[in-house]
Amino acid sequence: MSNSTPMANTGKTWIGQPVDRVDGALKVTGQAVYAYEHRADDPVAYGYILGAGIARGRISAIDTAQAEAMPGVLRVMTHKNAPAQPAFGPAVTPAVREVFTRPRPVLSTDRVRYYDEPVALVVAETFEAARGAAGLIAIEYEDERGAYDLSRHLADAYAPQRTNAGFQTDSLVGDFEAAFADSDVKVDTIYTTPYEHHNPMEPHATLAAWSGDEVTIYTSAQTLANFQAGIANTLQIPPDEVHLVSRFIGGGFGSKLIVHADTILAALAARELQRPVKIALTRQQMFANAGHRAKMIQSVRLSADRDGKLTGIAHDVCSATSRFEEFCEQTAVFARSLYAAPNRITRHRLVGLDTNRGEWMRSPGEAPGMLAFECAMDELADQIGNDPIELRIRNEPEVDPERNVPFSTRNLVACMQEGARRFGWEQRQAKPGTVREGRKLIGLGMAAAIRPNYLGASAARIGIDGNGRVKVELDMTDIGTGTYTILAQIAATSLGLPLSAIDVQLGDSHFPRTAGSGGSWGAASAGSAVHNACEALKQKIAKVAQEVRGSPFFGLNLDGTEFRNGEIRIGDRSENLANLIKRVAPQGLDARGAVEAAGENYRNYSQHAYGAHFVEIEVDMDTAEIRIRRMLSVIGAGRILNPKTARSQIIGGMVWGIGAALMEESVLDPRYGHFVNHDLAEYHVPVNADVPDLDVVFLEEPDSNANVFGSKGIGELGVCGAGAAVANAIFNATGVRVREFPITLDKVLPGLPIQISRANRS
Amino acid sequence: MKPFTYQRAGELREALAGAAGTPSAKFISGGTNLLDLMKLEIERPAHLVDINHLPFSGIEETAEGGLRIGAQVRNSTLAADPRIRSDYPVLAQALLAGASAQIRNKASTGGNLLQRTRCYYFYDRNMPCNKRKPGSGCAALHGFNRMHAVLGSSEACIAVHPSDMAVAMTVLDASVETIDTERVTRQIPIGDLHRLPGTTPDIETPLKLGEMITAVILPPVQPGRHIYRKVRDRASYAFALVSVAAIVDVAGETITGARFALGGVAAKPWRTPEAEAILLGEKVSTEVFQRAAEIALANAIGRGGNDFKIPLAKRTIQHALAVASQRG
Repeated sequence: MSNSTPMANTGKTWIGQPVDRVDGALKVTGQAVYAYEHRADDPVAYGYILGAGIARGRISAIDTAQAEAMPGVLRVMTHKNAPAQPAFGPAVTPAVREVFTRPRPVLSTDRVRYYDEPVALVVAETFEAARGAAGLIAIEYEDERGAYDLSRHLADAYAPQRTNAGFQTDSLVGDFEAAFADSDVKVDTIYTTPYEHHNPMEPHATLAAWSGDEVTIYTSAQTLANFQAGIANTLQIPPDEVHLVSRFIGGGFGSKLIVHADTILAALAARELQRPVKIALTRQQMFANAGHRAKMIQSVRLSADRDGKLTGIAHDVCSATSRFEEFCEQTAVFARSLYAAPNRITRHRLVGLDTNRGEWMRSPGEAPGMLAFECAMDELADQIGNDPIELRIRNEPEVDPERNVPFSTRNLVACMQEGARRFGWEQRQAKPGTVREGRKLIGLGMAAAIRPNYLGASAARIGIDGNGRVKVELDMTDIGTGTYTILAQIAATSLGLPLSAIDVQLGDSHFPRTAGSGGSWGAASAGSAVHNACEALKQKIAKVAQEVRGSPFFGLNLDGTEFRNGEIRIGDRSENLANLIKRVAPQGLDARGAVEAAGENYRNYSQHAYGAHFVEIEVDMDTAEIRIRRMLSVIGAGRILNPKTARSQIIGGMVWGIGAALMEESVLDPRYGHFVNHDLAEYHVPVNADVPDLDVVFLEEPDSNANVFGSKGIGELGVCGAGAAVANAIFNATGVRVREFPITLDKVLPGLPIQISRANRS
Repeated sequence: MKPFTYQRAGELREALAGAAGTPSAKFISGGTNLLDLMKLEIERPAHLVDINHLPFSGIEETAEGGLRIGAQVRNSTLAADPRIRSDYPVLAQALLAGASAQIRNKASTGGNLLQRTRCYYFYDRNMPCNKRKPGSGCAALHGFNRMHAVLGSSEACIAVHPSDMAVAMTVLDASVETIDTERVTRQIPIGDLHRLPGTTPDIETPLKLGEMITAVILPPVQPGRHIYRKVRDRASYAFALVSVAAIVDVAGETITGARFALGGVAAKPWRTPEAEAILLGEKVSTEVFQRAAEIALANAIGRGGNDFKIPLAKRTIQHALAVASQRG
């Protein structure tokens, strides 16, 4: 048998089944232990971070005497006594990778770079004592005039060297300006998208405990390798002395890809005090200290012929960023692949402000970019009297329009058509503001979804013991997406075993390294590694079965070896797998598998997942309150590994779309540089009552160029374009086009008919 | 959070003595607002007197034919009371429009009335706020003031009172019964419970130190159709941008009784007697409701971010009056 021949499993395939979460019972019974809930052998001390009361300047005096005198206080750390750490370094790292690994010093200088930046840490016997003492620290600042308002500093806009993930800053194809000038049909529009915050349910939290030179960090991380490198580089210790544990994560959404102040400070304080230290950010602190999506001003220009065939596309994005660390969200990059047009421009510009850095927030790029672009497409459809779906079909490209490579698979048109059929799109009235039910204006809207598919280098270890139990280990994380479940399905399928035989262990840096959770690449990357590890294990089992005397397969040719229904079958002989292992390898067998980052296939194909969102909305004629009635997303994302967890991912994304369209906004006060509405009472996300009837349909189309499963990433796709579908439905309902997100009722109200509730005796 | 002492009062006498003994004592009931404020050190009581166990949890009929609602009745209990639901539906609706089920289960009647503003700048100790720190200025006046007051505000403070329940109680002409540390009781018309900011926005009520709300008295049922219409940014768990509590009675085509109160627009639930007066004896019409709305908002002042509340309030008043005057 050649090594390259996969060993077949013709029995039950768990992949593609709507399997319940294997960790579900642990979660609903409170047995899944999250970062802050971990215990240590020694008594834990509790840290509380005090943030700066200014956004730019320096600390001229800091008096900690009163805090230090409080009962139970163990240490007050400030820039005056914090352990030495390397300097933060330049705003732009030489390599993309270093964004994730650079040192992130805390309390290391007297400078304040953003509002609520940590300026002191109090560690005490209890959380309450630490927090109480923090309130007694007296600080004097030299307050400097900062720049906080994107729109007031547009003159300072500059072109960054690259966008996030290393995409080119600009792309130019043909001569857009000439095509635009010559066109009779054009859309020339500006949208603004606001600051947003991830706000995972579990805040950023860490327990750090040292044992000799090694520190164990229990934290809430999406990508352990990044955390390990970031901690090691900040503490200036070897990475292998940093042991990370992140078994369960209460949401990340991109805010837990790099190490934050809770982790660095817990590690520093625990080392100083020689006892374990726990630190969590408060919800309010999350707004300043856990990343955000930056505010953007987006210009979208489209030119077309009378039939709606695009002749030009220009998407220019100007985004706020931090002065001290650049983050350029790849907001216009999706527009390079979505629609055909001979003349094209996409550009990213930044304005440096005195705020904290932006970070990756679910669907970086597409989330804000498609809000603008897919609404501009709706404007074009309205202008020329085209159906929005027809307009998009008319501009369906045959190959990637800027890279000129084929699409691996692309199911956008089918998604739109299937969605239209299921949603009753034919009922949509093209003329806005014409459908009424009682005091409600009703509208339908749609938008397309696109999101790149990735594969990241990952490895996994697998072992089978004498009882036929399989253990899979890798440093992958499950941030609530269902990774534990999918990896168990993959291993069970490959080994022909029941799901219950598979024990998946994640979230420990002692396990083989993976790409972690981010960029929707988790299932494909970690899954491929597990799959390859299973293949290697099967080879090993078969070989031992062939070589060990007393094996029923001793000396047999291994061609056609099968693992199914808990058995190994070679030729016409079969044996229970557990029994075989007990007999031929009672100490068990193990193997490793790995996958490289996508290379050739990624270069040779344009690889994206697609979808189409449909929304029915009602707008109150008296108050302009906007409520979703129903929403459907039809998704073309290759093969679906688990329709149940996949559906949850898409629904979660759709809810993010509702939030982005209707309510999510962190308001930055341009006088003080702080996020004004920094709690969940005033930063609104949709509640259950805002999310009525949501449905998801998958159009499966295995993509053999993507990975061994033919799957594509779905963690972010549901967000992409979802908000634009909501906005387009609002336009259809009211005739009001709001170009400043979120679309709150005060922006719609002035455009509503004056006619209000009539005194009605009926 | 500043360290504090805690006392669970089993009897009224103990509670009043506890409050009298410490100048910065606070009563705590449901704690749904006070604890948040204590964590942020906006409230810094040295002593907490827990009044949850005082015998103020009943809803009793009064000799006048109204209801006496004990101050410790939970918002959810009050909203579910059959007498409230049938005779004072505006109050039941307002209660259920507020907060979340969990908070309503905990929040008390007295505590709801005394909850403090949700002004973002009040909640951030680094910001100027005359209510939190008299004389420091009002950051909201020229700041982000989308949620803020358009009626009865001053240059010193433009905060709004966030209660829904209080708006309904105001349209019902409720009164608030209190007892002070000398065991003197009094009844305060609900319209006098919350003060407008003027130059002293830190003084929010006429209650003296240690004076406790023991009950809210509802007068007998008023004829008419009740409605509470709350306009908010999301379907649940959001404070009112504008709310209207309205009760309208009609005979034939003629308005025989009309009253309405506004929430989300001022430091107190807002009534406009002149606007209500012009409705009496008029035929039901869009125009007369529009006139009433114009009068109610005649003195409104927008501060930029909240300008939209003025037209929104007018439209919502007209809508609420139209619905409340429908019959059949």
